[in-house]
Amino acid sequence: MDMNQYLTMFIDESNDHLQSLNENMLQLESNPDDIGIVQIIFRSAHTLKGMAATMGYEDLASLTHQMENVLDLVRNEKLKMQDYIFDTLFKSLDALESMVQDITEGGDGKSDVSAIVASLQSIVRGDDASTGEGAADRVNPAVPVQAIELDEFQFSVLEQSISEGHQVLYIQVTLREDCQLKAVRAYMVFEALERSGEIVKTYPDVQEIEQGEFDRVFSLYYITQREAQEIDNQIKSISEIETTTMVVLDHESLQQMVQESAVTAEVVESNNLTQAQKPVSSAETAAKPNPSKESKPAAPRSTGGGNPSRTIRVDIERLDVLMNLFSELLIDRVRLEQIASESNNQELTDTVEHMSRVSSDLQNIVLKLRMVPVDTVFNRFPRMVRDLAKTLDKKIDLIITGAETELDRTVIDEIGDPLVHLLRNSADHGIEPLAERIAAGKPETGTVHLRAFHSGNNVFIEIEDDGRGIYREKILKNAISKGVVTEAEGASMTDEEVNQLLFAPGFSTAEKISDVSGRGVGLDVVKSKIVALGGNVTIYSTPGKGTNFSVQLPLTLSIIAAMLIKMGSEKYAIPLSSIVETGVVKRRGIKQVHGSRMVQFRESLIPIVSLSRFFDIPNYDEEAEEETEIVVIRKGDRLAALTIDDFIGQSEIVIKNLGNYLPAIQGISGATILGDGQVALIIDANAFIK
Amino acid sequence: MGEEIKVIVFKLGEQEYGIEVDKVQTIERMMPITRVPKTYAFVKGVINLRGVVIPVINLRGRFGLEEIDATDQTRIIIVAVNDMQVGFIVDSASDVIDLNTDHIESPPEVVGGIKAKYLRGIAKVGEERLLVMLNLSEVLNKSEIIQLEGIEE
Repeated sequence: MDMNQYLTMFIDESNDHLQSLNENMLQLESNPDDIGIVQIIFRSAHTLKGMAATMGYEDLASLTHQMENVLDLVRNEKLKMQDYIFDTLFKSLDALESMVQDITEGGDGKSDVSAIVASLQSIVRGDDASTGEGAADRVNPAVPVQAIELDEFQFSVLEQSISEGHQVLYIQVTLREDCQLKAVRAYMVFEALERSGEIVKTYPDVQEIEQGEFDRVFSLYYITQREAQEIDNQIKSISEIETTTMVVLDHESLQQMVQESAVTAEVVESNNLTQAQKPVSSAETAAKPNPSKESKPAAPRSTGGGNPSRTIRVDIERLDVLMNLFSELLIDRVRLEQIASESNNQELTDTVEHMSRVSSDLQNIVLKLRMVPVDTVFNRFPRMVRDLAKTLDKKIDLIITGAETELDRTVIDEIGDPLVHLLRNSADHGIEPLAERIAAGKPETGTVHLRAFHSGNNVFIEIEDDGRGIYREKILKNAISKGVVTEAEGASMTDEEVNQLLFAPGFSTAEKISDVSGRGVGLDVVKSKIVALGGNVTIYSTPGKGTNFSVQLPLTLSIIAAMLIKMGSEKYAIPLSSIVETGVVKRRGIKQVHGSRMVQFRESLIPIVSLSRFFDIPNYDEEAEEETEIVVIRKGDRLAALTIDDFIGQSEIVIKNLGNYLPAIQGISGATILGDGQVALIIDANAFIK
Repeated sequence: MGEEIKVIVFKLGEQEYGIEVDKVQTIERMMPITRVPKTYAFVKGVINLRGVVIPVINLRGRFGLEEIDATDQTRIIIVAVNDMQVGFIVDSASDVIDLNTDHIESPPEVVGGIKAKYLRGIAKVGEERLLVMLNLSEVLNKSEIIQLEGIEE
């Protein structure tokens, strides 16, 4: 079978399951007695195992299988969760993750998992010795007929068949332990049965059985006209069948069986219901999950689907295509608006106005489609912080708020690494070691808040710790010794400027370099990445109390509001997000200060840059004008003025790149297509402020 | 026995050049070009080709030939090579011909002032026509451009 078409689905779903495993394991770690969580974990692991086996990733399947064994003991309360079990399970998850990663990158997902498998097995065995007695107790009293969950429809079919005088059988088939082709044997059983009746429901599912996804035992409901004994003989005539268990059902026993499956916990005294029941062989070693327990996940799985998140998976490329098509529409809209305003045709104007309204609604929706909750990045952090805390021997609580805040997919893709850096930084440099915290009168456990929230056209992500905070003197001393600033420069710097030194290349405040962070290459990379995304980082810190890294990001990168300007015959767009103000300056208002041209703006002098000089614009020069328009732009806290020819107006523009051929151009961040079909370049304000 | 290929023929001055058809996306008439500052001199700017912004280079400029003003014969040939879309401004583009690769001979050192490395070879068409086959990946090679610029400075 060609598995390729299923591969992406497999990868997506595996990642989902791994994520939920990780999350639930963390929850379980804080509530080790909550069997409900174990059930969820077990189900995820079970599904993962099934998928991996179907796709032929055997290492993946065998590792999940071992995890399942451990979890099975836990949820049957034969094993208490303990630290070393958590560690082993987390290690297994890491191994699974790297295997899935390998598959994603086109590998075969093979990996040597024998060490982890061995330690999982030893957990299972260790349990055997200590609670073997209890386990034996549990198995002994009347080996239960394992009930299969039936839905209403299947139940009524069975009811009706009984009323009409058909035989309704519950059949449980156990294959021999040395059976090589389980799926084939099961298939032969089905075929034999279907010759003389109808199979209503099987456990596990037919697909799972046909792929060999079961553990020697499967069971089914069966409607036939024949006698039970006859059917039994038919099944037994197939080789490699160890035992069959058959129960003839009437209304009452059917009812009871279904109830039993719903309750799951207590084993009903089923002896009086059975006619041909033979005890199921219970020779399974503890390493293999007992089949009677295997049936349990079926119940929550089928009912657990009651919470469908009404979503579909869409290929990202299709969204990009949609976005591109929409941008073209947007260009035509602007063009139509222009034509309508020139033509003075009322009907045309009305129609175009309506179209504009509809298309801005459409624009909102298309943009929303590209929005992804930051949770997709945040969700791996709890695990990361847990591991960090263990390595650093600190106690850290990570509190996440606003994980549902949405950001453009392109931003989400890029923001992960910078956030990892900042979190590591907080855990390593921010939160103090235990002794130091106690000495400072703080609670032993440090807290790191990870917050995301909207504000205007921006999303803020804050990482705040209650650690030692930033000491100005320490940073300055360090920066001066590293030659980042001179002593004189340092003395005149504001606190904010000093904090920003953390982002200077080649700067590290940690006295000793640790594995976790602090080679001094981290934070400057963080800053440049965030700036490249059109964002900014600010640091607020109170010495002794803690530090807050506040990352500001634009909501979206593909459509922005911009100011269109004219430079002679050329048109340019300046993103509104970088514009502070527009204005006019007189020629004599421009002053020469220390060789650079400055202009007065709100109590302070800011540099003024001639856009026409910068871009060698052929047919405009502000020198010829007595008064010239300026746009005041900003980069962080710093401002500069650009001299321009004239303003055209404000417009929503679609950002396009300039293609792969051209190298990066200083001062230009991209291009957009105007209403008249012409290309206008987008000015990168950051390039004008050093 | 070589294979038959289709070749788009265009002109710079009197010389005819050829590009394989499968590298060419479309051929457009001259259209408004937005100048891009601070880049190579032979980059004329960018155009809007049905919603995609594509850089356009003047092939005369690229080969160090004298640049001339656009006429109504001037065409922009949009080629796609190595994930790059680029438009070439040429004097005219009129013909598509069939060519056997056997008829392409390796080029002499310099042809009409163009360095041999930009050329794939010279194809003889009929009795008199000589077609210069371009090596597009070399023409669009960026490290080459940077070297050239370096020498000029």
